[in-house]
Formats: sequence, structure tokens, C-alpha cells
Amino acid sequence: MAADLWTALFIGILAAFVGYEVISRVPVLLHTPLMSGSNFIHGIVLVGAIVALGFSTTPVEQGVGLVAVIMGAMNVTGGYVVTERILAMFDRSKKKGGGP
Amino acid sequence: MIAWQEPLVDAVYVVAVLVFILGLRAMSSPATARRGIVQAGVAMLIAVAVTFVIPGLRYPNFPLIALGVILGSLAGWYWARVVQMTAMPQMVAIFNGMGGGSAAAIGAVEMLGNLSNTSISGLALAGAVIGATSIAGSMIAFLKLQGWLRSKPIVYPVQQPTNIAVLVVGVGFGVYAVWMTQTVWLLPFFVLMILFGLLLALPIGGADMPVVISLFNALTGIAVALDGFALVSGPLGDAGYAMVIAGTLVGAAGSLLTLLMAKAMNRSVGNVLFGAFGATEETGTTIHGSMKPIEAEDVAAMLAYANTVVVAPGYGMAVAQAQQKVKELADLLEARGVTVKFAIHPVAGRMPGHMNVLLAEAGISYDKLFDRDEINPEFSNVDVVLVIGANDVVNPAAHRAGSPLQGMPILDVENAHNVIVIKRGQGKGFAGIENDLFYKDNCHMLYGDAQAAVGKLVTALKKMD
Repeated sequence: MAADLWTALFIGILAAFVGYEVISRVPVLLHTPLMSGSNFIHGIVLVGAIVALGFSTTPVEQGVGLVAVIMGAMNVTGGYVVTERILAMFDRSKKKGGGP
Repeated sequence: MIAWQEPLVDAVYVVAVLVFILGLRAMSSPATARRGIVQAGVAMLIAVAVTFVIPGLRYPNFPLIALGVILGSLAGWYWARVVQMTAMPQMVAIFNGMGGGSAAAIGAVEMLGNLSNTSISGLALAGAVIGATSIAGSMIAFLKLQGWLRSKPIVYPVQQPTNIAVLVVGVGFGVYAVWMTQTVWLLPFFVLMILFGLLLALPIGGADMPVVISLFNALTGIAVALDGFALVSGPLGDAGYAMVIAGTLVGAAGSLLTLLMAKAMNRSVGNVLFGAFGATEETGTTIHGSMKPIEAEDVAAMLAYANTVVVAPGYGMAVAQAQQKVKELADLLEARGVTVKFAIHPVAGRMPGHMNVLLAEAGISYDKLFDRDEINPEFSNVDVVLVIGANDVVNPAAHRAGSPLQGMPILDVENAHNVIVIKRGQGKGFAGIENDLFYKDNCHMLYGDAQAAVGKLVTALKKMD
């Protein structure tokens, strides 16, 4: 369905600009959680992996699809936990407040 | 009959994508960042759950999907939980690699199932090229950061031509497979793409990792977006739109971060990737003066009677896990009325923002952390700068014409009244360049492992009360 592909292309172009605008506001302080957070966001790949494995018909497709699902699940879960752990630390230092 | 599933799935994906964007936006402030990521997490969970009701999924595959999701989630969750904060760079690398691997595998499945459809298989091929490069490169980055592989650049003759040849031949196999609709050629394609990713990352040194990690992050995002394009071209490919948006978002974010990091080193991304920086040591320059060692007790006295102390941490602090001791030292000094600030260079450490994370872990409030641009004008009013395990980012050779570091924006610690450098030995920094700073009249060397040396300072300070 070529029309869908073109629609996706339009959406993709807009998303690139949104990404650029949103990220350029992030302070240096939060560069690590930004990186691991965006790492978590591309964990959406798990959704694609589920679809790919779900439509699989041959054993080879199923095998490769299973690999895709395992890796995607690792990406999304690990990315989330790491980001949350890092941000929890910044949260704590916030509560303590600045200065002696 | 119109199925109820499709509108539901689409609606959930739309909301999820919106929450992802808001979640990244919330990262513009530490006060909102955590809430943002938790919301994104919930949105992701619902998006994944709703994927199971997409009409047309084959039920016999459901046990496999469940198995994969459970295995992968448990492994990712456990690993991310138990890992030390100091090992964060390699964790980010490995989870990013998993995303790339997943994208490559999706590309493979799409090609296997739709090889006759050139538009789907072509896009899936592109996703597989980038995804496979990303997983292989991320694994090398992981091994280097973990210390299981030499972190210095690994170079061999005709390296770049070899790498390009591997890439071209690999992609050639892939294109041939799609063109001739023969799946057998996908095997050498994947083997060569993995090999290319490995070869690409080998000559990149440890201190260049902030650039490399963000680059592979961007690449995985792009691979995910390409797979998304392949999915929307097929039947029932609504998940593809979510992948296009989220993937492109990350691709743009990662590219921006990559450029920022490269700029912080005054080098192009190309130079970082292909320059094998730090493989050779600078020779032929002579620096006048000598390195002057100093005792911990003298440093403690100097710190105790200072008005302002600035700490400039680097990778050495991370390696020695000295951040807790640094926090202790800062608390003692502040109790004596000394103002303590931290000067953070953008590429100090092994990933963007590495030092901020370590100091936050130790409980140091982030309003004491200052960017290079904020703190540089202040150094001339600072009594003592304590350089802890940093080298190239404080090397005034950056201001010297002809130095490999020339033009790199540094922390101008040399302008302070006194500089104390905590360092394990007399060796050179990652760039393999003598540090002019160490020979300056106002600079003294406190030799030792960062944790031990700062520990001695803490002990000496306590004795003074």
C-alpha cells in the first residue's frame, strides 16, 4: 500500500523535527537519562517484533521472530529500569535541596 | 463486520506516541523528568499489551510471543536492577544493542515473508543493515567499557578499505537477495553486516565512547523507523506508524546528542569514527618545568582554608568509585564554610552526562554542578581546583597550536590560584598527549588511586578539627 508509505514518510519528517526541538531543551545535567530514556523509547521495537512473530508462518520466521521479541523485550525493560534508576537519584538530590 | 480491535489498537498507539513525546519533553528539567519516564513506561506497557489483539495474528504463535516477552523482560529487568551505577555506560550500550538486534531480526522476518514485495523487503533490508551494525557495534562498545576488550583503539593495516569492502559486499548480498527473491543470500548478508559493525567499533577508543554510544542509539532509532516503514507498507501494519514516530524521534535525538558530544571535543563525528584517535602518542614536544608531588596533609590544609574549591572529576573518579568519598570531602569542607562547586566537562567519563549521574548517586545536589561554560569565567577567583581522575579535558595543550587537542574546549582550571591533580601515576591521558597543566607552577600532583587519595584528604581534614 504505497499511500500508507507516503503517509508514514510525512509523519517521519515531522517526528524528526519534534525530536530535535524537544531534545535541544534538555540540559547537560540530564544527558545520560536522555540517552537511556530515548533508548527505552526505541524499545517500541518490541511491538514490531510481536507483530512480525505473530504473522510468522515458517519455523525459520518463528525462530528469528522469537529472537526479535526477546531482544526487544530486553531493550524496553532494561532501558526503562536503567532510566528510572538514574532519574530516581536526581529526584532524591532535588528533595535534599541546594546548599548547606 | 467491522472489527473493534483495529480502532482500539490505533487509538492506544496514538496516545502512547503522544506520551512518549511528552516524556522526552519532561526531561528538560530534573523536577519533571522522573514523572515523564514513568508515564512513558505505562504508555509502553499498554501499547505492548494492546498489540496482542491485532486481528490476523496467528494464535499458534502466541505461546512463542509470551515466552519471548517473559524471557527478555526478566533478563533486562534483572540485569538493569543489579548493575552498579558505575557500569551504566555499558548497560546503555547493551540495551541499545538489543534494540538494534531486534530491529535487524524484524527486518529478517519481513524479508523472509515478503521477499516478492520489493518495497517492503527493500525497507526491511535497510532496517536490517542499520540494526545489525548497531547491535554489533554496541557489543564492542560494551566489551570495551566493561574492560573485557582493550579500550585503546585497535588498528590494523588497510583498516578503512577493509571495512568499506565488508559493508559494500554485505549490502550487495542483501540487495541481490531482494532482487532475485532468493532468501539464501540473506545469510551471508547478515554475517557480513554483523562483521561490519564489529570492525567499525574496534578502532574507536574508550574516551570517544560518549560520541559512539549516542551514535549507536541514533542508529537503532533509525533502524526501528525503517522497520516501521516496512510494516506500514504491509497489511495490518498500524504498529508501523508508532515505530516510525518513536524511531525517528530517537534517531533525531541521538543524532543531536552525537553532534553535541563531538563538538565538545572539537572533532567531527567522522574523525571520531575513523580517526583511531589516541592510537599514537605525541612526540617531539618538550615542556619546561617539572611535576611537583604534594602530600595529602598539605592539600587538606590548603582546602580547609580556602574560600572556594572547585572539583573537576573525570573517568578516573568513576573507575576508582571515589564519588562517595568526594561527597564526604565536600560535606566536611562545607561544614567549615568553604564553597564547593563541581566543574563538569561534557565529555568527562564514558557517556554523555556520566559525571552528573555519579555525583547524583553520591547524593551531591545538582545545583552544585556547573557546565564548562558556566564555570570557566570563575576559575580566576577559585582558590583550589581539585582535579580527580581527569586529564585531557583540563589539558591547556588545547590552546596550543599544533597539538592534537588543539581547539578542544576545556575546563580552564590552570587559571585558579592552586591546582591539585589526583592521579594514579605520571602516565598520559587517553589522547596520549603530555598534559602541560601538570608542569605549571601552581599545579601539584597528589599521586594515588582516586578513592584512596580522597580518603586520605578526608582523614586529614577530620584530624584538623
